[in-house]
Amino acid sequence: MEPLRVVTGIVAPLNRPNVDTDQIVPKQFLKRIERTGYGPAAFYDWRYLEDGSDNPEFVLNKPAYRGASILVTGKNFGCGSSREHAPWALLEYGFRVIIAPSFADIFNNNCLQNGILTITLPEEQVQELIRLAEEQPGMKLTVDLEQQEIRGDGIQIPFEVDEFKRFRLLNGLDDIGLTLQHEDAIAAYEQRRPEYLTYGK
Amino acid sequence: MAPKTMFEKIWDAHVVYEEPGKPTLIYVDLHLTHEVTSPQAFEGLRLAGRRVRRPDLTIATVDHAIPTWSRDLPVTDPIAATQLATLAANAREFGITFYDIRSPHQGIVHVIGPQLGYTQPGKVIVCGDSHTSTHGAFGAFALGIGTSEVEHVLATQTLPMMKPKTMEVRVEGTLPPGVTAKDIILGIIGRIGTAGGTGYVIEYTGEAIRSLSMEGRMTVCNMSIEAGARAGMIAPDETTFAYLRGRPHAPQGADFEKAVAAWRTLPSDPGAVYDRTVVIRADELEPYVTWGTNPGMVAPISGRVPQLDEFEPGPDRQSAERALEYMGLKPGTPIREIPIDRVFIGSCTNSRIEDLRAAAAIVRGHKVNPKVRAMVVPGSTGVKLQAEAEGLDQIFLDAGFEWREAGCSMCLGMNPDILAPGERCASTSNRNFEGRQGKGGRTHLVSPQMAAAAALAGHFVDVRELTKER
Repeated sequence: MEPLRVVTGIVAPLNRPNVDTDQIVPKQFLKRIERTGYGPAAFYDWRYLEDGSDNPEFVLNKPAYRGASILVTGKNFGCGSSREHAPWALLEYGFRVIIAPSFADIFNNNCLQNGILTITLPEEQVQELIRLAEEQPGMKLTVDLEQQEIRGDGIQIPFEVDEFKRFRLLNGLDDIGLTLQHEDAIAAYEQRRPEYLTYGK
Repeated sequence: MAPKTMFEKIWDAHVVYEEPGKPTLIYVDLHLTHEVTSPQAFEGLRLAGRRVRRPDLTIATVDHAIPTWSRDLPVTDPIAATQLATLAANAREFGITFYDIRSPHQGIVHVIGPQLGYTQPGKVIVCGDSHTSTHGAFGAFALGIGTSEVEHVLATQTLPMMKPKTMEVRVEGTLPPGVTAKDIILGIIGRIGTAGGTGYVIEYTGEAIRSLSMEGRMTVCNMSIEAGARAGMIAPDETTFAYLRGRPHAPQGADFEKAVAAWRTLPSDPGAVYDRTVVIRADELEPYVTWGTNPGMVAPISGRVPQLDEFEPGPDRQSAERALEYMGLKPGTPIREIPIDRVFIGSCTNSRIEDLRAAAAIVRGHKVNPKVRAMVVPGSTGVKLQAEAEGLDQIFLDAGFEWREAGCSMCLGMNPDILAPGERCASTSNRNFEGRQGKGGRTHLVSPQMAAAAALAGHFVDVRELTKER
């Protein structure tokens, strides 16, 4: 997992609440057995027209937002299915940071597993960032995880992030390696595991 | 000792390791895997030279991407076929019990876990599928995880987790006739919203919940994720124990009695404190139909498609406006006047034997409206065989329903069962998202009874009036 310290990039506004993981990556792409190749599937139904060409109406297709690495969007982003294909698709599309008033739990975990920083800000602040990104297409922001601050032209917004999440993202650490440091504790638990949980086969 | 909630008891009994400020390492008793969210996890193990720590606590089956046509016909989608073969090879390589497409135990992972007796009170259960919350109906802590977490559980049999908060949703009083478990959960989501449960484990309590069968409890817990919750759970009781007794993977003989004694200690203690409590009166619930593109957009069958000015200006109103446009509905339309093209009875929410019996009772002796295409997809091969033994298949076939093989099918449309653009479906599944059942498809979530009644009429009808007439 690639460490994330400071991200400077174009801000793409997606002003919709409750964007579910079926929209982020539709089911027909879930049949693949690889971890990569989902970038072109991101927001598929919104992004392409019937003939497969780009839908010019979809905000991310506007030239000024091409190459965006920061997504600002509505509340409850990533709700629905647990498919990790959703963060895989967003990461491959180019997003390293997603800012929203709230995130669905499983999606939030999946982002952390893939080095995507999710930032929760109050609804008014998110709406203000969306407005700025819409009014100044191609606007860039710097998201500084070390300083826990979002910076831009006349913008300085501090953000909260769980200390352990910050540590993992800054260092690009993978969970399994961390857990296996507690191998002895796992073995010890297996010895004291409540008996009734071990009946049945 | 301070009184504890059931969730806290289960959590405390599974702590492997904890350190302030860091996620707690929680032991997993049962890991269910399927073809869609596991291949990248097994590949990760191989690349790191890791093994599956507890293959004995891991099972695998195929459900999401399989066709529901005859098992004698091939899987024609080459990408899906590769995914199915990959799970078979992974199960073999890592020594995991695998119920393949031809196994009598195959089925939707959340249907076979309980049916085979793997799902038991007090367990921590995970699966790379958000509807793992289903298993909480037995008094288990069951949650959906992503593929990286699947790999983590395969490698370590544990999951690092920040402790969620607890919410009690109490449904007081008796459920009115014609109002089902599906209506309870749709009613709850309509009230608390699709993010109302975010960060919480919900425990459902109250007389209306206690009086539900295990199938009904599973329907309620299944859609906890649609309220945003990490998990849903219901305290085990005599109904739970009676369901589990004699199931092949449940404790047997004297062990069963010992297990029951332990299971009886799980329910929340009197005076246990929840972080939030929501109280709903059962007699205020009706049969519900969703009108929009998330499960919180719901109206009673007696109601109408809402007017836009019923929503706060801003994101909520925009979202409702967009939903109505996608769904092709006019504000103020009576729900009963919405015509339908398709009916889907199935999914991990409502495809168990009791669901099929309830739908068959409505259908018996009637015909599907000629402009409707209706299908029944049993949740598991076991459910299908049982339904056939009871003659339910014949009732559906005589009425003009298709009777299919078991799988997730048109709940998510990963297999060939999908809606055409613009088609409108009465569905017993769990998600009415844009394109969920096929690009441009329009989904209305309902109970099995309501779906069956809509199939006959060609539009939504109040199932309560139907049963009165007969």
